[in-house]
Amino acid sequence: MSGKTVTRADLIEAVYQEVGLSRNESADLVETVLDEIAGNLTNGDNVKISSFGSFIVRDKGGRIGRNPKTGEEVPIEPRRVLVFRPSQVLKDRVSNS
Amino acid sequence: MAYKVLSLDDLDSLWHLIFSKQPKVILTTYRGLRMIKSELIARLVDANPHLYQRDVERIVNTIFEEITNTLAEGNRVELRGFGAFSVKHRPARTGRNPRTGQAVDVPAKSVPYFKTGKDLREKLNKK
Repeated sequence: MSGKTVTRADLIEAVYQEVGLSRNESADLVETVLDEIAGNLTNGDNVKISSFGSFIVRDKGGRIGRNPKTGEEVPIEPRRVLVFRPSQVLKDRVSNS
Repeated sequence: MAYKVLSLDDLDSLWHLIFSKQPKVILTTYRGLRMIKSELIARLVDANPHLYQRDVERIVNTIFEEITNTLAEGNRVELRGFGAFSVKHRPARTGRNPRTGQAVDVPAKSVPYFKTGKDLREKLNKK
Protein backbone atom coordinates (compact mmCIF):
# COMPACT_ATOMS: atom_id res chain seq x y z
CA MET A 1 0.00 0.00 0.00
CA SER A 2 1.58 3.26 -1.08
CA GLY A 3 -0.95 5.18 1.04
CA LYS A 4 -2.15 7.66 -1.56
CA THR A 5 -5.76 8.63 -0.91
CA VAL A 6 -7.82 9.75 -3.89
CA THR A 7 -10.29 12.55 -3.24
CA ARG A 8 -12.81 14.61 -5.18
CA ALA A 9 -9.97 16.77 -6.50
CA ASP A 10 -8.37 13.72 -8.16
CA LEU A 11 -11.66 12.60 -9.71
CA ILE A 12 -12.21 16.14 -11.02
CA GLU A 13 -8.68 16.15 -12.47
CA ALA A 14 -9.32 12.78 -14.17
CA VAL A 15 -12.56 14.08 -15.71
CA TYR A 16 -10.80 17.29 -16.74
CA GLN A 17 -8.04 15.31 -18.50
CA GLU A 18 -10.48 12.94 -20.17
CA VAL A 19 -13.13 15.36 -21.43
CA GLY A 20 -12.45 18.83 -22.78
CA LEU A 21 -14.37 20.71 -20.09
CA SER A 22 -13.13 23.42 -17.77
CA ARG A 23 -11.98 22.45 -14.28
CA ASN A 24 -14.98 24.23 -12.81
CA GLU A 25 -17.42 22.38 -14.98
CA SER A 26 -15.64 19.07 -14.32
CA ALA A 27 -16.01 19.78 -10.60
CA ASP A 28 -19.73 20.51 -11.00
CA LEU A 29 -20.27 17.29 -12.92
CA VAL A 30 -18.45 15.07 -10.42
CA GLU A 31 -20.60 16.65 -7.70
CA THR A 32 -23.78 16.16 -9.74
CA VAL A 33 -23.00 12.48 -10.27
CA LEU A 34 -22.53 11.94 -6.52
CA ASP A 35 -25.64 14.01 -5.70
CA GLU A 36 -27.73 12.08 -8.19
CA ILE A 37 -26.65 8.75 -6.67
CA ALA A 38 -27.14 10.02 -3.11
CA GLY A 39 -30.57 11.43 -4.00
CA ASN A 40 -31.79 8.08 -5.31
CA LEU A 41 -30.49 6.28 -2.25
CA THR A 42 -32.12 8.84 0.03
CA ASN A 43 -35.43 8.09 -1.72
CA GLY A 44 -34.84 4.45 -0.85
CA ASP A 45 -33.96 3.42 -4.40
CA ASN A 46 -30.95 1.25 -5.12
CA VAL A 47 -28.32 2.31 -7.63
CA LYS A 48 -26.55 -0.16 -9.87
CA ILE A 49 -23.44 0.80 -11.82
CA SER A 50 -22.56 -2.01 -14.19
CA SER A 51 -19.03 -3.42 -13.89
CA PHE A 52 -18.59 -1.39 -10.69
CA GLY A 53 -21.18 -2.40 -8.13
CA SER A 54 -24.57 -1.78 -6.53
CA PHE A 55 -25.49 0.59 -3.74
CA ILE A 56 -28.34 -1.05 -1.84
CA VAL A 57 -30.55 0.54 0.81
CA ARG A 58 -31.55 -1.81 3.62
CA ASP A 59 -34.11 -1.26 6.34
CA LYS A 60 -32.93 -2.51 9.68
CA GLY A 61 -35.38 -3.26 12.43
CA GLY A 62 -35.01 -1.88 15.92
CA ARG A 63 -33.32 -4.07 18.53
CA ILE A 64 -31.95 -3.96 22.02
CA GLY A 65 -28.23 -3.31 21.88
CA ARG A 66 -25.75 -3.38 24.71
CA ASN A 67 -22.96 -1.02 25.60
CA PRO A 68 -20.04 -3.47 25.49
CA LYS A 69 -18.14 -1.52 28.13
CA THR A 70 -20.85 -1.10 30.77
CA GLY A 71 -23.18 -3.95 29.78
CA GLU A 72 -26.01 -1.43 29.83
CA GLU A 73 -28.95 -2.10 27.54
CA VAL A 74 -29.52 0.54 24.88
CA PRO A 75 -32.45 0.55 22.46
CA ILE A 76 -31.39 0.79 18.80
CA GLU A 77 -34.00 2.48 16.64
CA PRO A 78 -35.07 1.05 13.29
CA ARG A 79 -32.84 2.63 10.66
CA ARG A 80 -31.77 2.62 7.07
CA VAL A 81 -28.29 1.59 6.08
CA LEU A 82 -26.42 1.60 2.82
CA VAL A 83 -24.49 -1.43 1.65
CA PHE A 84 -22.19 -1.54 -1.35
CA ARG A 85 -21.98 -4.81 -3.26
CA PRO A 86 -18.97 -4.74 -5.56
CA SER A 87 -19.45 -6.29 -8.99
CA GLN A 88 -17.43 -9.35 -9.99
CA VAL A 89 -15.36 -7.12 -12.31
CA LEU A 90 -14.36 -4.84 -9.42
CA LYS A 91 -13.70 -7.80 -7.09
CA ASP A 92 -11.41 -9.37 -9.69
CA ARG A 93 -9.52 -6.12 -10.24
CA VAL A 94 -8.99 -5.63 -6.51
CA SER A 95 -8.13 -9.21 -5.53
CA ASN A 96 -5.30 -9.28 -8.08
CA SER A 97 -3.65 -6.28 -6.48
CA MET B 1 -42.56 -3.23 12.92
CA ALA B 2 -45.81 -3.85 11.11
CA TYR B 3 -45.82 -3.91 7.35
CA LYS B 4 -48.83 -3.72 5.14
CA VAL B 5 -48.49 -4.82 1.57
CA LEU B 6 -50.84 -3.13 -0.86
CA SER B 7 -51.30 -3.73 -4.52
CA LEU B 8 -51.48 -0.79 -6.88
CA ASP B 9 -55.15 -1.61 -7.53
CA ASP B 10 -55.90 -0.73 -3.94
CA LEU B 11 -55.47 3.03 -4.46
CA ASP B 12 -57.99 4.04 -1.78
CA SER B 13 -56.04 2.31 0.98
CA LEU B 14 -52.82 3.69 -0.45
CA TRP B 15 -54.01 7.33 -0.30
CA HIS B 16 -55.41 6.72 3.13
CA LEU B 17 -52.02 5.43 4.30
CA ILE B 18 -50.15 8.35 2.78
CA PHE B 19 -52.43 11.03 4.18
CA SER B 20 -53.07 9.45 7.56
CA LYS B 21 -49.59 10.56 8.71
CA GLN B 22 -48.38 7.05 9.36
CA PRO B 23 -44.90 7.09 10.87
CA LYS B 24 -43.34 5.83 7.67
CA VAL B 25 -44.74 4.90 4.32
CA ILE B 26 -42.41 3.06 2.02
CA LEU B 27 -43.41 2.86 -1.58
CA THR B 28 -41.60 0.18 -3.46
CA THR B 29 -42.19 -2.25 -6.27
CA TYR B 30 -41.87 -5.94 -5.66
CA ARG B 31 -38.35 -5.97 -7.03
CA GLY B 32 -37.45 -2.70 -5.37
CA LEU B 33 -36.83 0.46 -7.36
CA ARG B 34 -33.37 1.03 -8.66
CA MET B 35 -31.44 3.27 -10.98
CA ILE B 36 -28.88 1.82 -13.38
CA LYS B 37 -25.92 3.55 -14.99
CA SER B 38 -27.72 4.31 -18.27
CA GLU B 39 -30.52 6.04 -16.32
CA LEU B 40 -27.98 8.02 -14.35
CA ILE B 41 -26.40 9.15 -17.62
CA ALA B 42 -29.81 10.01 -19.10
CA ARG B 43 -30.63 12.20 -16.10
CA LEU B 44 -27.30 14.00 -16.31
CA VAL B 45 -27.86 14.62 -20.03
CA ASP B 46 -31.29 16.11 -19.21
CA ALA B 47 -29.78 18.38 -16.57
CA ASN B 48 -26.88 19.48 -18.84
CA PRO B 49 -28.36 20.12 -22.28
CA HIS B 50 -25.13 21.80 -23.45
CA LEU B 51 -23.22 18.51 -23.17
CA TYR B 52 -23.17 15.65 -25.63
CA GLN B 53 -24.43 12.33 -24.31
CA ARG B 54 -21.10 10.87 -25.43
CA ASP B 55 -19.23 13.24 -23.11
CA VAL B 56 -21.54 12.55 -20.16
CA GLU B 57 -20.93 8.83 -20.66
CA ARG B 58 -17.18 9.45 -20.64
CA ILE B 59 -17.46 11.53 -17.48
CA VAL B 60 -19.42 8.88 -15.59
CA ASN B 61 -17.15 6.08 -16.81
CA THR B 62 -14.02 8.07 -15.93
CA ILE B 63 -15.22 8.55 -12.36
CA PHE B 64 -15.85 4.85 -11.76
CA GLU B 65 -12.71 3.79 -13.62
CA GLU B 66 -10.64 6.14 -11.49
CA ILE B 67 -12.14 4.64 -8.32
CA THR B 68 -11.59 1.10 -9.65
CA ASN B 69 -7.96 1.81 -10.62
CA THR B 70 -7.24 3.36 -7.24
CA LEU B 71 -8.64 0.33 -5.40
CA ALA B 72 -6.77 -2.03 -7.75
CA GLU B 73 -3.54 -0.29 -6.61
CA GLY B 74 -4.59 -0.96 -3.02
CA ASN B 75 -5.31 2.69 -2.31
CA ARG B 76 -8.29 4.47 -0.84
CA VAL B 77 -10.89 6.84 -2.29
CA GLU B 78 -12.43 9.31 0.13
CA LEU B 79 -15.44 11.38 -0.93
CA ARG B 80 -16.48 13.59 1.96
CA GLY B 81 -20.18 13.46 2.69
CA PHE B 82 -20.69 10.50 0.36
CA GLY B 83 -18.42 7.76 1.62
CA ALA B 84 -15.06 6.08 1.33
CA PHE B 85 -13.94 3.14 -0.79
CA SER B 86 -11.08 1.08 0.55
CA VAL B 87 -9.53 -2.35 0.24
CA LYS B 88 -9.80 -4.93 3.00
CA HIS B 89 -7.39 -7.81 3.21
CA ARG B 90 -8.79 -11.21 4.08
CA PRO B 91 -6.20 -13.70 5.33
CA ALA B 92 -6.12 -17.25 3.98
CA ARG B 93 -8.42 -19.60 5.87
CA THR B 94 -9.67 -23.14 5.77
CA GLY B 95 -13.24 -23.08 4.60
CA ARG B 96 -15.69 -25.90 4.23
CA ASN B 97 -17.86 -26.98 1.39
CA PRO B 98 -21.24 -26.58 3.08
CA ARG B 99 -22.73 -29.49 1.18
CA THR B 100 -20.03 -32.10 1.73
CA GLY B 101 -18.33 -30.67 4.82
CA GLN B 102 -15.00 -31.14 3.09
CA ALA B 103 -12.20 -28.74 4.12
CA VAL B 104 -11.12 -26.32 1.37
CA ASP B 105 -8.16 -23.94 1.48
CA VAL B 106 -9.31 -20.40 0.74
CA PRO B 107 -6.36 -18.24 -0.31
CA ALA B 108 -5.76 -14.75 1.09
CA LYS B 109 -7.54 -12.07 -0.92
CA SER B 110 -8.33 -8.38 -1.04
CA VAL B 111 -11.90 -7.17 -1.30
CA PRO B 112 -13.36 -3.73 -2.04
CA TYR B 113 -15.17 -2.11 0.86
CA PHE B 114 -17.40 0.96 1.08
CA LYS B 115 -18.16 2.90 4.23
CA THR B 116 -21.07 5.31 3.99
CA GLY B 117 -20.21 8.93 4.79
CA LYS B 118 -21.75 10.69 7.76
CA ASP B 119 -23.88 13.12 5.73
CA LEU B 120 -25.32 10.40 3.51
CA ARG B 121 -25.95 8.10 6.49
CA GLU B 122 -27.90 10.88 8.19
CA LYS B 123 -29.82 11.77 5.02
CA LEU B 124 -30.90 8.14 4.61
CA ASN B 125 -32.62 8.35 7.97
CA LYS B 126 -34.37 11.69 7.59
CA LYS B 127 -38.19 11.70 7.68
